[in-house]
Order: sequence, then C-alpha cells, then structure tokens
Amino acid sequence: MEWGNSMTEYNFAYLDEQTKRMIRRAILKGLAIPGYQVPFASREMPMPYGWGTGGVQVSAAVLTPEDTLKVIDQGADDTTNAVSIRKFFERTAGVATTTATAEASVIQTRHRIPEEPLVEDQILVYQVPIPEPLRFLEPRETETRKMHSLEEYGPMHVKLYEDISRHGHIATAYAYPVQVEGRYMMDPSPIPKFDNPKMEMPAIQLFGAGREQRIYALPPYTKVVSLDFEDHPFDPSKAPHPCRLCGAEGAYLDEVITDDEGGRMFVCSDTDFCERRRAAGHEGAQA
Amino acid sequence: MYVAVKGGERAIENAHAWLAEERRGDTDVAELSVAQIREQLSLAVNRVMAEGSLFDPDLAALAIKQARGDLIEAIFLIRAYRTTLPRFGFSRPIETAEMACDRRISATFKDLPGGQVLGPTFDYTHRLLDFKLAADGEVPPAPMGQTSAEPVPHVTGFLNREGLIEEAPADDSDPGDLTREPLELPADRSLRLQSLARADEGFTLGMAYSTQRGYARTHAFVAELRIGTVAVEMDIPELGFEIEISEITVTECETVNQFKGSKTEPPQFTRGYGLIFGQSERKAISVALVDRALRWDELGEDDVGAPAQDAEFVLYHGDNVQATGFLEHIKLPHYVDFQSELELVRKLRREAGSDKGQEAAE
Repeated sequence: MEWGNSMTEYNFAYLDEQTKRMIRRAILKGLAIPGYQVPFASREMPMPYGWGTGGVQVSAAVLTPEDTLKVIDQGADDTTNAVSIRKFFERTAGVATTTATAEASVIQTRHRIPEEPLVEDQILVYQVPIPEPLRFLEPRETETRKMHSLEEYGPMHVKLYEDISRHGHIATAYAYPVQVEGRYMMDPSPIPKFDNPKMEMPAIQLFGAGREQRIYALPPYTKVVSLDFEDHPFDPSKAPHPCRLCGAEGAYLDEVITDDEGGRMFVCSDTDFCERRRAAGHEGAQA
Repeated sequence: MYVAVKGGERAIENAHAWLAEERRGDTDVAELSVAQIREQLSLAVNRVMAEGSLFDPDLAALAIKQARGDLIEAIFLIRAYRTTLPRFGFSRPIETAEMACDRRISATFKDLPGGQVLGPTFDYTHRLLDFKLAADGEVPPAPMGQTSAEPVPHVTGFLNREGLIEEAPADDSDPGDLTREPLELPADRSLRLQSLARADEGFTLGMAYSTQRGYARTHAFVAELRIGTVAVEMDIPELGFEIEISEITVTECETVNQFKGSKTEPPQFTRGYGLIFGQSERKAISVALVDRALRWDELGEDDVGAPAQDAEFVLYHGDNVQATGFLEHIKLPHYVDFQSELELVRKLRREAGSDKGQEAAE
C-alpha cells in the first residue's frame, strides 16, 4: 500500500507490485519487438475474461497516480463496460478520469481508436479478445507460433485472395490484419478497418489479451501496413454519410434504429468527438 | 430529436441493487447463513474450493451465497480473490499415504491391507426423493466404528512390488505454477495435472467419459480412491524446521490402465492420477482418466486424434472461468464491429444487384 487510495485493502491500481513489474517487463519486451505476442502470466481479475482483463492489467501496470484515464468501448465513454472499467480504476487507483481524448494520458479502448489524433506522451491500451491474427486459419497455438517465427504468412494472403475471388472484396471489416515494420503479422483487435490507418501514430499503443495471456505493443511512429494486393488496395471505408448530430464527414458512424419501419440514422461512434463538435457549433441534419 | 442514451452508470447501479434483492429472495423466508452453506451444501463448497484453487470452506460458502448458487460464478469470485493474496512460500508436498481416510476403496482387489472403507458415499443409495427432508432434516447419529491409527498403504504400491505397474519415480524438481507463469506447450505432467485440478468438472467429466467410449480408450480400473485429511506442512526458514500449518481434505484417485510392453520391456500396467481439494470424487476419477489419455506420447501410443489426447485442446478449454468469460462477453456491445460487417454485406449485396429497400429506408 504505497499510495493512498480509497480501497485500502488493495494495492494501487489493484495489482500487487510484483505482478505489475511482471507485466511491465512483458510490455517493454513487446515495445522492443513490435507486433510480437509476448506471453505473460495473466491474473484473474475481478471482471470476467473477455471483458477487458488484458487491457485492465496493462492499464494497471502503466498507470501512475498523476495520470488521467479515459475509458471507451465502441468509441463511447458511456457504454456500460467502459463505465464499469472506469469506475474500477477510480476505486482502486483513485486517478483522475476524463472523457476528453486530449486530456487523457492513458486511454483504454475496446474496438475503436479515438477520432482526435493522439499525441506523444499518450498511451492507448487496447482490449484484445484473440491476439492471434492466424487463429482462424490455424487453431493450434503451437502451430501459429511456428508460423510467426518462420514468417509463414502465405495462408493469410490466400484467405484474402479467396475473399476477393468469392466476393469481389476482402471480406474482413474489423480486426483487419496488419504487418508491423515489415515483420510480424498482428491483429489490431476488433477495431473497424476504418481505424487501421490511424495506427501509425505518435502515441504508444499497448495491446492486452488477458484470457489468452498475451501482450503486444507498437512504439510511436511504428510502420503498420494493412494487408492488401496491388490490384486490390486496402480500403478503410465506412458508411457514406455525415453524422446526423454534428455533421462530421470523416468520422466512424454507428447506425441507430429510430423506429420500427426501418428508419435509421448515423451518428458518431466517438461520443467525445461528437460532443466537442456540437459544443463548437457544428450541426448535423437533425441537431 | 434523438439524444444518445446516457446513464449507463445509473443503469449499472440499479441492476446491482436489483440483483442483491433477487439474491436475498422472499424476505419472509429466513436468510441462509454462510455456516449453513458450508455445513449443508459441502459438496458445492468442495467444488468451489477445487476449481477456485483455494482451500477455504468459509470463503467458498460465502461465494456460493453471493453467487446465488451459481457455482461457476462462485468459483470466479474465489479466483479473483485468490489472485490478490500475498504468497509467503510453498508447503511441502502433502503425503497422501499418511491420509486419515474417511473413504478408501479399491476396484481392483476384493480385500487389501487397510480395508475397503465406504465412507459417506451416495454410491449405494437409491435415488428416491426423500420427502421427509422437506419437513425435517434431523438425522440420528451414524454408528461409530473403530479407527486405526495405522497409515493406509497405497494400492498401486502392492502392484509395484511385483513390477507389474510402471514406476513413478520421485521427482524433486519444482513443479511449474500455472497461476504465476503463462501456460506454454508442451506442458509437462505436473502442469497438466494442475490445470485439470482446477478445470471445470463437467468438461473434465465429458473428456474422461469420451475415453471410456472409445476416443483414446485406456481401459481404466480404479486401483484406489481415497478421501480424507492430510497435514499441510511448511518449512519456516527462521525456525529451521517444518511446522504443520493446516489440515485439508483431499480426494485422490489412482487408476491402473491398460498395459504396454515391447520386445525389450515386459508388459506393465500404466497409471493415471487425480488429486482434488475436498470430497470431489467424480472430478478426481475424471482427472485420472484424462491424465492417462494425455500421456499417450510418453508411453509410445498412437495419436488417434481423440480430443482427450490433445493437450492443447484440453488445457486451453477446460477452465470454466476463462470459458464463461469469453462466451458471455458476446453480450457486450459489438455495434462497431457489427456496423462494419453491415456495411460490407450491404456493399456486396449492392454489387450483386440484390439489395432491396436500402435507399427507401433512409
């Protein structure tokens, strides 16, 4: 109990210092070998596996009492699991929290990268369900680790090619595989492929998969290439609409069903981004 | 005007309050005490201790109460609590040969030193609902027998004297620790047994049952099943000797399985092993069968492609806390992923000329 906190029976940010040291070692190794999945002794957390335990452990290991934390799920600060994880750190670490992307020093996310570009000194922590991009081509961990060490990524290209021959397009819309610095193939977590180009950024990106016991990382300005073919270049497309609330053109949108007659509208999935735009006077068609 | 739904925080708090109310149930009915659960639902308590990997009947009973009787939820509560406990050190290996047995049976010998002791078993009960229990649970005390202070020898030891069963050589190397190191494959037997000991009872039972039905059959006999208390001893460096820190109940199952032999080695029986906290004999027998099936490689058997032979399959899928978390996480919002799939499917359908109503609806 080295820092004063509001949940006296637990250490700062819940995990004991030994465990945090172990996780930090895995993070540093991950940063040293971008895109490589580092095994780590994931702990049972007080929230279920599959609900962000990897991200929570990574956040717990990097948080300091001076940090300001933002937690988003599906881009939104007010989704139930984001609320629950934010409350967890408010209780166990007593850190300041925010919904403003620019004010956060650590951002834990599930399924999105914020619209507002991140800067140096920020850390983006991803929750990762299945860290292995090759998993659905090869269910065995022993095999996929071998494939990575031999850089045997042919099967993924064949899969993408088969998509094109069957559908005319690569039929992967989220968790779209990337190659990092020309070496490791990496799963970007289930973010929409719209977010993939943002991964070359000034902030540190850390990926935690609790149940699968893996951590991987991207140092700032790491080269991240979404897989494609010369004649079928990567296409980070999204719904072809502006946000109905703030009028944003280049933001990722959620589709909201508004009545039982098939009526729907498209609004920013990044709630902080949308609110800020509206506060600045931007208006969409229904504002 | 549409306003994005706020108030997730209040919804969560209200849901928790409702949950607490539902857990309590009708307040006209007396509240269950933790002691009642510990004493009267002891097999549930045992399962929670075994799969929660923490021997503490009071905490297990509390977890069952808090979890409204959902044992996997209770196991999860115990695991999450367990991770926060500091580690002072390691006990010495427990000596099951010194066990004070409540139950000890062998299916391979009619009678044997130490005798057959049925103990508190359901085995020969007729499964008829006892309506008397609904009215009055008082029971007369069970008759007392003579206990022997002599340790009860292990049955496999008798076979070993004749060289009929494979040796299980003593190994003083430190076993791995699944809770402190990530599971990496191939996992040695101590890690596999550790993983199976905390694996879901139903999963382990299903795996074991599949070997009996021919998916990597090893033809197991229960050489011995024993349940009783053993001392837990720990070396205290400051004292320079070991002290007994506790007594725990465990269930141990040793199976004798079909033999193997070669031109150079005479045929011998082989072993399967299971050791579980508390009285958990279904689980202990299941672990012994799965343990034996997983040993196909070291025993020079064929990989017949059976699930129970596949260490990666068994070890990665047996943990119910992991499994239930990942399974249930699909309840969480996935609308960002779903949206990107929606758009892709719409695009593909548009190009295939089969899209109807897209424009009309907007």
